[in-house]
Amino acid sequence: MKIHEYQAKAILARYGVTTPRGEVAFTKEEALQAAQRLKSNICVVKAQIHAGGRGKAGGVKLAHSPEQVADIAGHILGMKLVTPQTGPAGRIVKRLLIEEGLDITRELYLGLLVDRASGRVVFMASAAGGMEIEEVAKKDPSAILRETIHPSVGLQAYQARKIAFGLGLPLEVVNYATPFLQALYRAFTDTDASLLEINPCVLTGDGKLVALDAKMTFDDNALFRHKELRELRDFDEEDPLEVEASKYGLNYIKLDGSVACMVNGAGLAMATMDIIKYAGGSPANFLDVGGGASADQVKNAFRILMNDPAVKAVFINIFGGILRCDVLATGVVSAAKDLHVTVPVVVRMEGTNVEVGQQILRDSGLNFTIANDMKDGAQKVVKLAGGAR
Amino acid sequence: MSVLVNEKTRLIVQGFTGREGTFHAQQMIEYGTNVVGGVTPGKGGTKHLERPVFNTVAEAAKATGANASVIFVPPAYAADAVLEAADSGLPLVVCITEGIPIIDMVRVASVVDFKKTRLIGPNCPGIISPGKCKIGIMPGRIHKQGNVGVVSRSGTLTYEAVHQLTLLGVGQSTCIGIGGDPIMGTPFLDAIKFFNEDPDTHAIILIGEIGGNAEEQAAAWIKANVKIPVVGFIAGQTAPPGRRMGHAGAIISGGQGTAKDKYAAMSAAGIRCVETPADLGSTVATVLK
Repeated sequence: MKIHEYQAKAILARYGVTTPRGEVAFTKEEALQAAQRLKSNICVVKAQIHAGGRGKAGGVKLAHSPEQVADIAGHILGMKLVTPQTGPAGRIVKRLLIEEGLDITRELYLGLLVDRASGRVVFMASAAGGMEIEEVAKKDPSAILRETIHPSVGLQAYQARKIAFGLGLPLEVVNYATPFLQALYRAFTDTDASLLEINPCVLTGDGKLVALDAKMTFDDNALFRHKELRELRDFDEEDPLEVEASKYGLNYIKLDGSVACMVNGAGLAMATMDIIKYAGGSPANFLDVGGGASADQVKNAFRILMNDPAVKAVFINIFGGILRCDVLATGVVSAAKDLHVTVPVVVRMEGTNVEVGQQILRDSGLNFTIANDMKDGAQKVVKLAGGAR
Repeated sequence: MSVLVNEKTRLIVQGFTGREGTFHAQQMIEYGTNVVGGVTPGKGGTKHLERPVFNTVAEAAKATGANASVIFVPPAYAADAVLEAADSGLPLVVCITEGIPIIDMVRVASVVDFKKTRLIGPNCPGIISPGKCKIGIMPGRIHKQGNVGVVSRSGTLTYEAVHQLTLLGVGQSTCIGIGGDPIMGTPFLDAIKFFNEDPDTHAIILIGEIGGNAEEQAAAWIKANVKIPVVGFIAGQTAPPGRRMGHAGAIISGGQGTAKDKYAAMSAAGIRCVETPADLGSTVATVLK
């Protein structure tokens, strides 16, 4: 789960990480009042969306008076921001962060994530603040400092010093940097974060480290133990169909093709998208109904798929194993009837009682096509969706 | 022969009396797996499925002489269950549970010596040596005893491959579902090493997916060490970057972990790559000839 910059900064501040003074604003008036309270010569107006690249897209502006803050806020609120991370659809800006401007002498990158290869949390830092860490990694991997952290002792002071000296910070800042970096690590593990990026972290003229930006993503699997974090979820930032699907425990990701798919198991669901492409079509979504594929789940899944107007045909690919195909087929037929599914549906299923299941589909009087295997199903559904494109 | 599990495996079930534990324990018993007991804290001293229930894994291991455990414990408590199994000295632990917080697995990985305690999973279908022993949730009937080793991050996609093999009359030595999480007890590399040492495994199927670089690591080792044919498939060629595709570990982040990169590494290692999973069975049948 992603959260907004202002929410991440509020969390970090609780751990003792220095952040700029600032307030969130939902309207032009709130922006004006926030700026008046800040009493800063320079203010920054920052669009709050769950995507990076806001600056270049015009979502971050400097202002020299509260009135100018209000003007800029009026302009940015409601604006559609298109950045490389939002995709062509972009995001509508509904929230702003109004912050004091700072006297910046250096910009650094700080990041924490779980490294899959070592199975540990890794602290990453680079002197090239403001640059995407992936770009730095490509250009000069040696410019990235990495400290692997043992979970039973956490980020040790010597590791923090190694990072601080490695970044070339002056001695008086190094001492201050140690608790700063350790606070970031504590915030990361306490909240079950999967990613924490401060890009940039700035060194100010008066020798302070300040988290100028903050990005936090949390491990969805751990949200059950963080009620306060769950409340930060912003549904406006998510695809409405994906939000709907998540209510039913369905793993759904909307894509831009015309062949919808309903599959049990994540790997098979990905492979089904791939084989649709291979057959010349284009997948409309990723959808994993779970290993069991119960009648209820099938019905919920159909409802989500039918809400996507781009869908021209549906491919149901269920490898049941211990699932009974007659039960599955009955569920598919009743869901298709209840929801008045009119587009062609290709069904490939495997499990016990396959023949009985296929007969139930044939006898239903609905627009079902039976596929013998995955490849056969993909070819049939692509043809029914209007052929290759 | 087979790897890790066989007729000598004596299994206990953690989360034995729960809904999932009960259903799948029953299935494993019917398959012929030697399930010697189970653990549910608070139900020690009772019987379930005609087998003894214990309060702790240590007691269960001591009383039954178990040498393997399978975990059907809910995600919030699953890491604890893995630690308990490891602490009891069981050499093989199979964790089926999906949805374990990653920080919990970071702690598990820092404490458990995976050389002493072979952990399969989590978030996996389990491991099966057809005709001998099934530990997990895979449908036993689609398998057939034979000489192909299968290793995969995905459950149903493994069933797909196994089903194709069996229909072609090609059996399997052992099928290992290593799981869809970012941190796992047995990465591809370890599984490949087991198969490479097994004289009765004559070919290997490697089914990977986007995210991480475990496939690339395995490919490099295969190139230098493996003489038997390896057939590979990567799921997620059409997956958009930055999105988690169902599995916690299936995500392309920062341009890393794409299907394209994995295919390139596997091809360079001499692995026979197939573009669709529909071709896995027939390709293996061809290379075995």
